[in-house]
Amino acid sequence: MLIRHGGDLTENDVTPHEVWLRRREFLALGAAGVGLGLAGPASAIALKGAPSRYSTTEPKTSKADVTGYNNFYEFGVDKDDPARNAGSLKTSPWTVKVDGECARPGTVDLADFLRGNTLQDRIYRHRCVEGWSMVIPWLGVPLADLLKRYQPTSKAKYVAFETLHRPSEMPGQNRRVLEWPYREGLRIDEAMNPLTIMAVGLYGESLLNQNGAPMRLVVPWKYGFKGIKSIVRISFTESQPRTAWNQSAPHEYGFYSNVNPQVDHPRWSQATERRIGEFRRRPTLMFNGYGEQVASLYRGMDLKKFY
Amino acid sequence: MTRRTVDGIVLWAVSLACLLPLLWLVWRGYQGELGANPIETVIRNLGVWGLRLLIVGLTITPLARILKRPRLIRVRRPIGLIAFSYIVLHLSTYIGVDQYFDWASIWKDILKRPFITIGVAAFLLLIPMAATSFNAAIRWLGSQRWRGLHRLIYLIVPMGVVHYYLLVKADHRPPLIYGGIVAVLLGWRAVAALKRR
Repeated sequence: MLIRHGGDLTENDVTPHEVWLRRREFLALGAAGVGLGLAGPASAIALKGAPSRYSTTEPKTSKADVTGYNNFYEFGVDKDDPARNAGSLKTSPWTVKVDGECARPGTVDLADFLRGNTLQDRIYRHRCVEGWSMVIPWLGVPLADLLKRYQPTSKAKYVAFETLHRPSEMPGQNRRVLEWPYREGLRIDEAMNPLTIMAVGLYGESLLNQNGAPMRLVVPWKYGFKGIKSIVRISFTESQPRTAWNQSAPHEYGFYSNVNPQVDHPRWSQATERRIGEFRRRPTLMFNGYGEQVASLYRGMDLKKFY
Repeated sequence: MTRRTVDGIVLWAVSLACLLPLLWLVWRGYQGELGANPIETVIRNLGVWGLRLLIVGLTITPLARILKRPRLIRVRRPIGLIAFSYIVLHLSTYIGVDQYFDWASIWKDILKRPFITIGVAAFLLLIPMAATSFNAAIRWLGSQRWRGLHRLIYLIVPMGVVHYYLLVKADHRPPLIYGGIVAVLLGWRAVAALKRR
């Protein structure tokens, strides 16, 4: 389904005024989520977000499937490995290093990184490059709001992200299935697009480890692997950063990796997808149905070349 | 017990063992335990077991020779036929459930995706083997020609391994392990053939 509310949104549409007035409560909730979400699945804490017009009204994928069917190779390559193995990851304390082409680089505690931002509900379609999809009710903060504080300079053309590298708690990192740490990247305008969020929760609770606790990227018009999990470093760069899957198989996974039914993956068609919980395949939408918000970012680009 | 009875018991036991993975899959389906993406689980499971059983089939001849138990050869046929059945189910699930008989899309897959091309080719090569897996066929074809036809398996199993290797995203260890086992089994035959000369 296409989102009906498009590019004519203002700040007020994103965060209702009454919610904005209560932002410190949400902040407290967010900070609590960070502080309490330390011991894995059992201790997921309740979070509340402000509704967003970017959310889809499509039926949500069940929580059991969202938290039980994951690609997170740091915890094993099978879909049920992350749910089984991710409990070993300690997400508190958690610090984030922000560096590169910005005026105010620094290393901050997660609570400080998120401080002052209102959590939003974002119910997004999620399309995996493997041909399956979900609808996930994320809770998060627009990435732009988080990044602006570090005052990226005019040289900041890209944003690079890194996942934690801690093989003692991420057993999958003991084998070089991919080059660790996992890396991802966005062009700065993609990072600043209002659809791009840093998610800290889903289904009204702080993220479980298998979903990328304590915080992960969500870029709904790109294939799921762009949504890097358990982020510890964010760098503003002048040149296009390396990304994990592109390093692993450059002909299969491009830097952009926008959902595009016309550009097939060499090993499988991207024309259709299976929504988890449904029987029949359904057609895949250009930019995963978010073209209205993001198509302009790629105007004039040959998306077959920049796949 | 007569030799015949023992042979019969062994054949039934082996066949039943080969069917256990299928029964397990059906049971998990019945219990609703096939995970978030049951169609993928079923296709993957059937394919992997088809390949495993083909590989088990390849171990029988060397085993029979090494253990000097020529009658062991008799279990090769049920293993092969059951492996073929897994692969028929694997392919039918892809065609009828995953693709829902979207022939245009299936045809495109066969032409464009090397792993599907090679998988379908391997399946086509299996058909004449399965179709001649009964005693009368050996008489009709003559044992030389029948053996020649059934040497196709030396091509088919490596194709199955390549099919698996090509579809794996990053962790190539499992298909490489299968590949290694197949290399040993075919290598043993090559050495045995050279010795006979």
